[in-house]
Amino acid sequence: MTDAYVRVDDLRVAFPTEDGTVRAVDGVTFSVDRGQTLAIVGESGSGKSVTSQALMGLVNARNAQVSGHAWVGDNELISASDDQLRKLRGSVMSMIFQDPFASLHPFYRIGDQLGEAVRVHNKLSKDEARKRVIDMLERVGIPNPERRVDDYPHQLSGGMRQRVMIAMALINGPALLIADEPTTALDVTVQAQIMELLAELQKQYNTAIILITHDLGVVADVADEVAVMYAGRLVERGSLEDIFYSPQMPYTVGLLSSVPRLDAVTERLTPIAGQPPSLINLPPGCVFEPRCNAAHLVGGDRCQTERPELLTITPTHSVRCHLEMAQREQFATESLAAALGVPGDES
Amino acid sequence: MTEEYILQAENLVKHFPITKGAIRKKVVGAVSAVNDVNLAVRPNETLGLVGESGCGKSTAGRTILKLIQPTAGKIIYNGRDITGLSRHDMVPLRRELQMIFQDPYSSLNPRHTVGAIISAPYEVQGINPPGGVKNAVRETMERVGLNPEHYNRYPNEFSGGQRQRIGIARAVTLRPKVIVCDEPVSALDVSIQAQVINLLQDLQDEFGIAYVFVAHDLSVVRQISHRVAVMYLGSIVEITDRKSLYASPLHPYTHALMSAVPVPDPRVEATRERIVLRGDLPSPINLPSGCVFHTRCFRAEERCRVEVPKLVEFSPGHQVACHFPITEHLGSDLIVGPDAGFTEQPTPEVQPPSEVIADMESAGSSRPMGADYVADGDFTDKDY
Repeated sequence: MTDAYVRVDDLRVAFPTEDGTVRAVDGVTFSVDRGQTLAIVGESGSGKSVTSQALMGLVNARNAQVSGHAWVGDNELISASDDQLRKLRGSVMSMIFQDPFASLHPFYRIGDQLGEAVRVHNKLSKDEARKRVIDMLERVGIPNPERRVDDYPHQLSGGMRQRVMIAMALINGPALLIADEPTTALDVTVQAQIMELLAELQKQYNTAIILITHDLGVVADVADEVAVMYAGRLVERGSLEDIFYSPQMPYTVGLLSSVPRLDAVTERLTPIAGQPPSLINLPPGCVFEPRCNAAHLVGGDRCQTERPELLTITPTHSVRCHLEMAQREQFATESLAAALGVPGDES
Repeated sequence: MTEEYILQAENLVKHFPITKGAIRKKVVGAVSAVNDVNLAVRPNETLGLVGESGCGKSTAGRTILKLIQPTAGKIIYNGRDITGLSRHDMVPLRRELQMIFQDPYSSLNPRHTVGAIISAPYEVQGINPPGGVKNAVRETMERVGLNPEHYNRYPNEFSGGQRQRIGIARAVTLRPKVIVCDEPVSALDVSIQAQVINLLQDLQDEFGIAYVFVAHDLSVVRQISHRVAVMYLGSIVEITDRKSLYASPLHPYTHALMSAVPVPDPRVEATRERIVLRGDLPSPINLPSGCVFHTRCFRAEERCRVEVPKLVEFSPGHQVACHFPITEHLGSDLIVGPDAGFTEQPTPEVQPPSEVIADMESAGSSRPMGADYVADGDFTDKDY
């Protein structure tokens, strides 16, 4: 195990249902250091949000089976009691959610909601807390914070509300910030503002950020490391360069080839055929095998029958795939060239 | 030139009144959703309509289908003015004018089978295709990539991507001439999004459908559109063919919008500069004076606060509504990449009316006059 500040080891979350057990997260391992950003990328149902909720202790223990380990500094999260978690949430680790409309209480002034976050973890008077709230609102770029502090959430625009959420998450200077699709509900111009703000604050507070997103453009913009999830499994993990310029897993290759790009047009997009599998009824072998274009390159029926292990290729890069290294690289090069065309080819 | 367009909107205006009082319903103001918009689409062409939320792109899309009655302006379908047609008179036209919705969950009736949903257009129109409705529906299902065996299933048994295929099947089953697609792929995952975009392109190639493609995602719009119109606060600020728009956008807003979209390529991202627009969209109830974009524009000058810029032809086929369009290279934020699949659409040559140029010269305009720069003059559809 690395000595990174945030470490997650073999995290598993399963939800028993009447139809069978949904393995939402199955053996996820990663680490993030302070000041670094890890992007968890995946489609809906890939388990990326459940991973983050499990870290925050937000998965209801009565409905779910959570196992594995996760540390933030010296604090173990998975075995922690509710009381311990309550002390950590908001001070050592915090989270911003996708929908800034649903995550602020509509009946309370934003100053009171932020002030509560301060006073829960610090022995401060109301006036001192209010000063800190105003200072924080200023840092997240809210104009006239002295006046805005008494606004209700409905008086703010979507971008402003997300700024308030960021202020609330960072007001106690947490070491870990989990951002679950923080800009998905926002327009691109506002997204650019918010991502810029997050990067600035990350520098100020030296925060480790786990960014959960499906947008590869945002990943390319801000991440240091990338973890790709598919059907509850971490299928590839690597540095930003590893994932974008030498992707190994056919799923990662498929994702990169299927995105329409602002800076290029192809005759036809290259989609990944088929649908993601049901998490109740996972294929017995590699979870991506039914949609994989490279499975036939592996001899016999290994892909259909045998679960691939997470294989370390370089110190930063690991992948879950049965293909040989040379086959993976050839497949990736050929697929990406076919999907994106040759750069500069203006025909 | 009017004839070549299948669907046209001229000076389209849609204001939603704001009323006060429960009984009297006194009108106290209006939300100006669409202001003086001119749009036109040819058969077999995709017109992209992009902008941020609240810019009026969806309202414009719905208004040109007369799903919403316009406040002012004209809608011309196939050379015929359909603005004043009653709901009843619109029915026969509905088979040629269709719509695909954003949300594949709320746009399908959960209590109807897929077969019933896709055959509804036949029922409404009273059409009996040779071989029967059921056969025609199965054929369409097969065409959009659905298993015809699933005729009797309900929408909840399908994934998001498949539901969107059901919505597409319903729209294309009567072989319409025009389809307004309102954010048809924004609710889908990327790998599925590509499947649906490809399907829409294939259907266009096969049936020659004209699409008005309303979307906020500039990358998706670039992939599918032949021409693109950029909207801001109810007005079109720039409209041109895809190649010109992405290679040399003229309006500061188009620049900002493009520079804000992250590109999935870290090395490219590292070299791009971002124009971060400050502030939020102004309220459409109180539109800013002059140019609607001047409150957030990085090039705004006094003139922009006072005078509304008209949408004028800057170069053939490239119209922009800006007093100070960006003609110089702004540095690395401009991204020009391969444009492989681009099929050239015939762009009608436009000569500037000589009196307009004379006018401009006598007025001593300080604006640059390029060789192909066509100035001022009221914009009409004939200027396309």
